Amino acid sequence: MGKMKVILNGLIKENPTFVLLLGMCPTLGTTTSAINGMGMGLATMCVLILSNMAISAIARFIPDKVRIPCYIVVIATFVTIVQLLMQAFLPSLYETLGLFIPLIVVNCIVLGRAEAYANKHSVMDSACDGIGIGLGFTFALTILGLVREILGSGSVFGMKFISGDGMLAFILAPGAFIVLGYLIVIFKRLTSKIKM
Amino acid sequence: MALESTVKNMFMSLTVICLVCSALLGGAYAITKDKIDQAGVDKQNEAIARVVPEFDNVPSEEMFEVELEGKKYTVYPASLSGETVGYAINASATGFSGPVVIMVGITADGRIFNTVPVSHAETPGLGAKISEEGNAFVAQFEGLDPSATVLKVRKDGGDIDAITASTITSRAYTAAVETAWLVFNKIKEM
Repeated sequence: MGKMKVILNGLIKENPTFVLLLGMCPTLGTTTSAINGMGMGLATMCVLILSNMAISAIARFIPDKVRIPCYIVVIATFVTIVQLLMQAFLPSLYETLGLFIPLIVVNCIVLGRAEAYANKHSVMDSACDGIGIGLGFTFALTILGLVREILGSGSVFGMKFISGDGMLAFILAPGAFIVLGYLIVIFKRLTSKIKM
Repeated sequence: MALESTVKNMFMSLTVICLVCSALLGGAYAITKDKIDQAGVDKQNEAIARVVPEFDNVPSEEMFEVELEGKKYTVYPASLSGETVGYAINASATGFSGPVVIMVGITADGRIFNTVPVSHAETPGLGAKISEEGNAFVAQFEGLDPSATVLKVRKDGGDIDAITASTITSRAYTAAVETAWLVFNKIKEM
């Protein structure tokens, strides 16, 4: 498979949020605004690329029976490094996402890609898969955050276009589920047309 | 493909991976520690500067602790040419999701100069509005005389207007301001 195809596969055909429906906790929890969704997506992408590469490099040396603990240790290490770096260099973003960054460890997308892709493919292919899935996740979270922000607080990337509040329900959990549901419908509709 | 799952292999691979990972983490921690501490101090100083009138000392170097009902509160005195102009008091109360930590500035003559939220985990779009620049809720504390005000939200019979749909956050914020006021009174008695 070409590198471009691997990336596009993660972005559209196997989009982690809209098609695989993985990693719903950060998806629903952090997307109260477009910028938060994007930040979470990018942080996950960093971890995903690094962990995919590391795991594909060391997969040969890991006995089958202890592979899951090994993967988790590797993923947790990268998550903590990303967390420390974020805390040091992007403190304001860290403050909004703080609670969710450690949760990337248990994000099933990251472990899922290690198990389903990285341990069977070369380092380069795994990196591309990480980029693809990461972009897909970032894309989905940004769109979801954008829609919720527009409806819920009447702003786009923090810039308000109405005075006062929007429809508060969209900022809260129910809004996340409703918007996600509609986005999945639209995404499926659009991608089914592309195939024809 | 993978190594055989013998006890020795499993033991070795996990040990090596854990060792390498802890070394990496130690390195990352050492590199970022100073930056993270600095960011925390900067934030603290910025909060202090916003809640007290103009000063020329370094309040974070003259900080002291005041005990009130078994809890310790950090106080940063601000002074201009040797005369105390106000106190920045670090207070907190439990909000909707965890503690709401704020910095309350009270001038030497007992008026609230300003208040700033330092950290909280309130719901974005609702309680988190306390962090928005120039929001009306935080602004109402500016210049308030706590001795002539009931520091409670209107729902509880006080004089403070709560944020719509965020009564719990508003209550916590108001309670923290009141705590700071009590701490200030304690300083005055000392």
